[in-house]
Amino acid sequence: MTRQRAGIAWGALGVLAVMALWELYKALGPAEGFVVGAIAGKTGSGVMLLPRTNDRAMPHIWDMVARLFQSTSGGDTPPLIVPVVTACLTTLGIVAVGWLIGVTVGLLLGLVMQRWRLAEWGLLPWIVVSQTVPLIAFAPILASIGSQVDRAGSIPWPQWLSVAIIASYLAFFPVAVGVLRGLEAPDRIHLDLMRTYAAGYWQTLLSLRLPAAVPHLLPALRLAAASAVVGAVVAEVSIGMRGGIGRMLIQLAGQGSSDPAAPWGPTFGSIALGLVAAGTVALIGFGLRNYRRGEATS
Amino acid sequence: MIELAVNARGVGKTFPTKDGDVVALTEVELTVEAGEFVSLIGPSGCGKSTLLRLIADLDPASTGTLEIFGKPASQARVDQDYGIAFQQAGLLPWRTVAGNIALPLELHGMAKPARAARVAELAELVGLTEFVDRYPDQLSGGMQQRVAIARALAEQPRLLLMDEPFGALDEMTREYLQGELTRIAAETGAAVVFVTHSIPEAVFLSDRVVVMSPRPGRITEILSTGLDDIRDEALRESPEYFERVTAVREALHGIPVERANER
Ligand SMILES: Nc1ncnc2c1ncn2[C@@H]1O[C@H](COP(=O)(O)OP(=O)(O)O)[C@@H](O)[C@H]1O
Ligand SMILES: [Mg+2]
Repeated sequence: MTRQRAGIAWGALGVLAVMALWELYKALGPAEGFVVGAIAGKTGSGVMLLPRTNDRAMPHIWDMVARLFQSTSGGDTPPLIVPVVTACLTTLGIVAVGWLIGVTVGLLLGLVMQRWRLAEWGLLPWIVVSQTVPLIAFAPILASIGSQVDRAGSIPWPQWLSVAIIASYLAFFPVAVGVLRGLEAPDRIHLDLMRTYAAGYWQTLLSLRLPAAVPHLLPALRLAAASAVVGAVVAEVSIGMRGGIGRMLIQLAGQGSSDPAAPWGPTFGSIALGLVAAGTVALIGFGLRNYRRGEATS
Repeated sequence: MIELAVNARGVGKTFPTKDGDVVALTEVELTVEAGEFVSLIGPSGCGKSTLLRLIADLDPASTGTLEIFGKPASQARVDQDYGIAFQQAGLLPWRTVAGNIALPLELHGMAKPARAARVAELAELVGLTEFVDRYPDQLSGGMQQRVAIARALAEQPRLLLMDEPFGALDEMTREYLQGELTRIAAETGAAVVFVTHSIPEAVFLSDRVVVMSPRPGRITEILSTGLDDIRDEALRESPEYFERVTAVREALHGIPVERANER
């Protein structure tokens, strides 16, 4: 418990430090940046060594926050925070689905690989290679397959499902590896004991291997959650799905020059999204705390 | 005829390794009667643990025949004829004391009320009634070992196998648990095969002491202690106890101790 509190304190301190650095540089840095080798009259020439600090490039933090509570696009549109939160919730739902699919697939793969050496030998290299295929490359392919299936009519395949599958593609990897490692974690003495009890595979799995895997599983779940967030946001952008935070990030970034504080709304939103995902896994870890007792003792 | 808890005839064990075969045990002839307390003693590497693992059917014997209560070791394991405890208590850290003791009962499908009653009985037997809700990391080493013993006794085995169960404990706790173990063995009537490398421990506990020697692991001598059933602190200071300790020591070293002292 004290360790957790210290963690939160460190996290808060980190955020404060970033904010302080931002404002410090903004106060001290050159308004138009520092460029070497620029050719007079030619915009964009030269190499920028120090970024610009004017209000358009670097709005004040309080302006960013204040912008959240001002109307989205003038008139009587609701404050910016409303669409940001809505978009975040949409994406969060997709992340949750993707995470669940990824965790399920990873768990099954881990179980199969632990049960049969041959499966580990045959699957693990492919699982590793799968993660080197860039998301951007196959997100549109998956989306077009999805829309074709959807149009065929018998199986509905909405766009968000494609996004969730792509998120799960990133999420399953740490889980598969973590589960495999975790299931192999029990001490020899415990495995021997289970054998003396004449316990079969399933009994050993449920009473020993799975509980002993929890300390390996929790970091894997955390990583999977982070990967699912990244995967979902990137997939939303690359497929062009509306309604999520990914799309909103791109949209408002386009308005950056006229409304510099606005893009920070969805940026804060996506940060909050990551925090919620990580917090959920932390809650799972808290629920499973008895299974982490092994960490403290010899 | 007296029923034999363990009957080993010409038992040997060879481990194939990268650098050739390791002969861990050869030609082991050993019987343990029902209710008898037998210690295996010898320098490390002489095959004590290996012999115990063969009896427990954790490894198969390479040669010879090994019967536990008249059946093959594998059958005895399936029938839960023995309970086992190791040098490490080997408790599951996520289970409470009660949960750990209950583990074998749970796996074998004992109903919850019966299980709770049996756990309470066992906790009482090893003197841990107040600690049933604790987790292993909240217990001392000696208490953890007592939980392991209770767990080994859960299925009311007629044979208890113990591999240096007190090896990692301090001397005080060790002597206390030795006393407890003789009491428990007498109360349950179980035969015990007890691995140790402490001579006084072997003598204090046993009806017979099996002396083993390494390279290759084999039995060199079997001594009866001839001590009566009452094993208390007075015994530790009695002349016949010292006499037996000396006898085992001589058997172990193969030479009388006096001569070793003269040099
Ligand atoms: N799994 C194994 N593979 C190879 N050699 C082993 C194995 N287990 C034990 N041995 C060898 O068998 C011999 C006896 O070991 P062990 O029974 O553990 O001795 P003890 O318990 O008396 O100290 C040792 O030489 C040891 O190296
Ligand atoms: Mg040993």
